[in-house]
Amino acid sequence: MTGNKTSLHPELLRTAGQEPISPFQVRVSRRRLGRDFWYAAIVPCLAFLVVPVLALLFYENPKTILANLDGRQVAQAVTLSATTTIITTLITLLIGTPVAYVLPRIKGWGHRLIETIIDLPVVLPPAVAGIALLMAFGRRGLIGTYLHAAGIDIPFTTAAVVLAQLFVAAPYFIKTASVGFAAIDPDTKEAAALDGASRFATFLYVSLPLTRNAILSGAILTFARALGEFGATIIFAGNLPGRTQTMPLAIYIGFQINLNVALALSIMLIAVSFLVMFITRMLLNDPQRG
Amino acid sequence: MKAALAAIQLILVGAIAWGGGVSEAAAGSTQLAGEVVVYTAASLTEAFTSIGNLFMKLHPRTEITFNFAGSQKLAQQLALGAPADVFASADVKQMQAAQRSGRIADDGPRIFAHNRLVAVVNIDPTHTVSRLVDLSHSGLKIVLAADTVPVGSYTREFLAKAARDPAYGTAFRDGVVANTVSLEENVRAVLNKVALGDGDAGIVYSSDIDSVSAAKVREIDIPDALNSIADYPIAPITDSKNPKSAAAFVKLVLSPAGQKILAAYGFIPAVQKAQ
Repeated sequence: MTGNKTSLHPELLRTAGQEPISPFQVRVSRRRLGRDFWYAAIVPCLAFLVVPVLALLFYENPKTILANLDGRQVAQAVTLSATTTIITTLITLLIGTPVAYVLPRIKGWGHRLIETIIDLPVVLPPAVAGIALLMAFGRRGLIGTYLHAAGIDIPFTTAAVVLAQLFVAAPYFIKTASVGFAAIDPDTKEAAALDGASRFATFLYVSLPLTRNAILSGAILTFARALGEFGATIIFAGNLPGRTQTMPLAIYIGFQINLNVALALSIMLIAVSFLVMFITRMLLNDPQRG
Repeated sequence: MKAALAAIQLILVGAIAWGGGVSEAAAGSTQLAGEVVVYTAASLTEAFTSIGNLFMKLHPRTEITFNFAGSQKLAQQLALGAPADVFASADVKQMQAAQRSGRIADDGPRIFAHNRLVAVVNIDPTHTVSRLVDLSHSGLKIVLAADTVPVGSYTREFLAKAARDPAYGTAFRDGVVANTVSLEENVRAVLNKVALGDGDAGIVYSSDIDSVSAAKVREIDIPDALNSIADYPIAPITDSKNPKSAAAFVKLVLSPAGQKILAAYGFIPAVQKAQ
């Protein structure tokens, strides 16, 4: 993306050329200086994103923090977060894939409507999502009333945690996967059809493998977002250790009594999110993408 | 409902301001100006909003800004250096926490109100609670405040006292604990979840029940012997940027006018009328 340096505005290149950005270079071509300028220009943004995370790591002696890791509440929160986010990701794959697959084929206002519906949970404050879920699935809610009559109460259960995560995080998968499905060459599917493959077989053996990367990246985004879900969870699912208190909730409550518990959980959350996303990106990268 | 409440507030504030009783506080009001940031326990939301409106009426060049949250959260924010002028806490413990962090003078805090616990149950009788002792019935969904929140720690005190009382016993305490489905982060969340009907019952302050929630919940009294009477301390912040206005606000809360407003919102006034 940044490879096309010739498209830089000449004025920008000239300004960059006047400033000794790289002290190691005495005589450099303008093109080289232009590149150094862009490398230097990424520092403020990256530093801003990285510094708070590092500050969290360096605030307290790791030993003191580790001493707080054997707490039962910490273990419960970690287990609950792991289980619920995995379930959320699996459900998203199951019910989100059809949406992502069909979306590129729908044209016109219907497409825009579905896209907007999918975008909505992403832009809503999670607290709004929590209240909305309560109005829908609460015991006196739109759907909750009937569920309650059938003997099913959702709020304050682990199922509510999953629903909150699903509502907030599923759109990330659908959007990413749908871009992948849209990129499949129609000729490829046609060729499969000509070879006698059924529609479902085409989906299973042609479309799905071709969008492997998009599906996995989308699933990772959803997983990571679900892992961090807080606002909708505390409103819709409540806060009870072992049942609905996920890591973000334990961090929030912990922050009010024991900063070390909050720090320990925060660091674990960052480490898990970072590793999962980074490792997946490494695995996903085709050799030609470097 | 909300509009009606706002109207009552307005009339109340107007009547108090009009009727005097604060005339001496009003004198010299011209000197006070600027913003006063008041860190206020969530349970005081309506009462302090009302007192704040009165203060701004008396001192038109001032601007009261509230930060309403659980007292434990406010104390934590103060410890981390958040700028503030006044702290009104729902318990002495969190006020002491703020004192330990050096933001409140040793002789700063004054108790300005008391509050008592009350059990609330949803008005819709899908549950089996008619008396306090019924809270231990199995299958109930009880919403409490987390132990970190003052009302949550008072609730624990109540349960401990009930466990020692033969009329309730440890079975009552254990039943209530087993029925607890959520430990909310502030007292209003407890009330809202019972009012919405997702929780069958909860324990809140008597002052929390306003006209809106009164239509949706029924109160069950907790006898004095078991009740924990909450003390609400208030104090100016030592490093306040507006110490004169901060002191004036504290004074108004402790004044007969302030105490009258607190009483109107269900608090037990802590300052004797004689002063």
